[in-house]
Amino acid sequence: MIAHSIFFYFFSIIAVFSAIMVIASQNTVHSVFFLILDFISISCLFIMIGAEFLGMIMLIVYVGAVAVLFLFVVMMLNVAQQKDEWFKGKFFTSHIPFGTLISIIIFLELIIVIGGWKYKPNLIETSSIQIDNNFTNTHALGNVIYTDYIHLFQLAGLILLVAMIGAIVLTYRKREGVKRQSYFRQVSREKAEGVTLVDVKSNKGVNLND
Amino acid sequence: MNYLFLLFNEIYKILFLLIPILVSVALIVWFDRRVWAFVQKRRGPNVVGPFGLFQTVADALKYIFKEIIIPASANKIIFILAPIVTMTLALIAWAVIPFSEELVLSNINVGILYLFAISSLGVYGIIMGGWASNSKYPFLGSIRSAAQMVSYEVSIGIIIVNVLLCVGSLNLKDIVLAQKNIWFIIPLFPMFVIFFISALAETNRPPFDLPEAESELVAGYQTEYSGMMYAMFWLGEYANILLMCAMGSILFLGGWLSPINLYPFNLLPSPFWMILKILLLFFLFALVKAIVPRYRFDQLMRLGWKVFLPFSLIWVILTASYLYYFGMLPNST
Repeated sequence: MIAHSIFFYFFSIIAVFSAIMVIASQNTVHSVFFLILDFISISCLFIMIGAEFLGMIMLIVYVGAVAVLFLFVVMMLNVAQQKDEWFKGKFFTSHIPFGTLISIIIFLELIIVIGGWKYKPNLIETSSIQIDNNFTNTHALGNVIYTDYIHLFQLAGLILLVAMIGAIVLTYRKREGVKRQSYFRQVSREKAEGVTLVDVKSNKGVNLND
Repeated sequence: MNYLFLLFNEIYKILFLLIPILVSVALIVWFDRRVWAFVQKRRGPNVVGPFGLFQTVADALKYIFKEIIIPASANKIIFILAPIVTMTLALIAWAVIPFSEELVLSNINVGILYLFAISSLGVYGIIMGGWASNSKYPFLGSIRSAAQMVSYEVSIGIIIVNVLLCVGSLNLKDIVLAQKNIWFIIPLFPMFVIFFISALAETNRPPFDLPEAESELVAGYQTEYSGMMYAMFWLGEYANILLMCAMGSILFLGGWLSPINLYPFNLLPSPFWMILKILLLFFLFALVKAIVPRYRFDQLMRLGWKVFLPFSLIWVILTASYLYYFGMLPNST
């Protein structure tokens, strides 16, 4: 039990510290690295409460894929400079009320969530989902997602698909004059059409472009 | 007192796993160079020790005594952190690899997901190294590497789904035990081929070693590294290759199971078969390095996204429908 709480406080202190450092650090790339550290310690916490599947999926999806994209964007754009300009400009102060409003809403929601924690045992009893402790949680999750909640699951997948196609459509530009390799044409080329014999007249030469 | 005893017991077990791995990484580097040389009709490293076995030890000593140079414009903390991350991630993944039914450091429920997660974290060592060097070639190399690793992870993930469909559990021990009757390489042979090629790309091995293509990018993300830090990148890379071989042998070659379950083969201990299978896969890795020319980057991306991904997805549907239709779905309750 002691070891358990030592590890819990270890991971949660790292999580809180790195979450603060994400917004506090000057260098944007450092922020992303702190975000990654935050994800990793959160997934360790997930594993500690026995939700090993969630923890691993968190590592694979957020750290292995999403954060890599974050890192790419932050490294490619010169975000640090833009951030400095943004904080110095008067644009910054005009957004303070709106930002405060959003943070108050999030804070209230968090209070409700933590307050509702007390009623968790009642919730489990009244829930229609049968929780069987003999299953591993991967198995239990699969049993619920692919049976009772299949429509919601499919809907979530569709929303992601739409978002993905939308992003591609928005950023896609058709560029003219780009030479592309066509594997089909390359492979199906015959000797007859690849090679032409031309009689070169003396002092005239040939035009290669026709 | 009890806690202390447990702690020492765990540390002993971890050292018992780590030290053989580090030694075998040193030997595998020698083996790789030897195979490479023999294919090209050279002799390879044969001077230090018998057959040149201690060549890697000599190299490591040389790296230890060399000065570690940190470029003036580099981001110091991340620059130093990068090789450490690569090395650590390459080593911690071995915690779940089973060498026999009992010989495993931690037998966790989501073993294969753990392996997959750790190998997807491996990209960070490379990105950090490339970015922190603050130089063009390392940055280009690390971007190439990140794109390549992220793309091939997708196809490896789907190949793993194929195997998991036949097993019905994420536990590595269950995956091996499910192959008692038939190794998955036989029913899922196309998946094994794709897994092998994706593993080559995932570990930046030739023909997919574009992140460190010496004719284009000097040495990619390793360009600014020297001394022991370079050696750590290098050891991490080989430990990762060994890990991929171990993953391949668990998923497709039946892990520690002996090929024929008959008298003379049964006598050999299980770890022997596991190590033999890892070595066999590594031999293939080494052969491929020697005989195949380097890919072009756009062809690499095309292969990953337009060939491997759809093919393995179709194979998932085929496997699932086959298992469902013939009522062979494993019910793991």
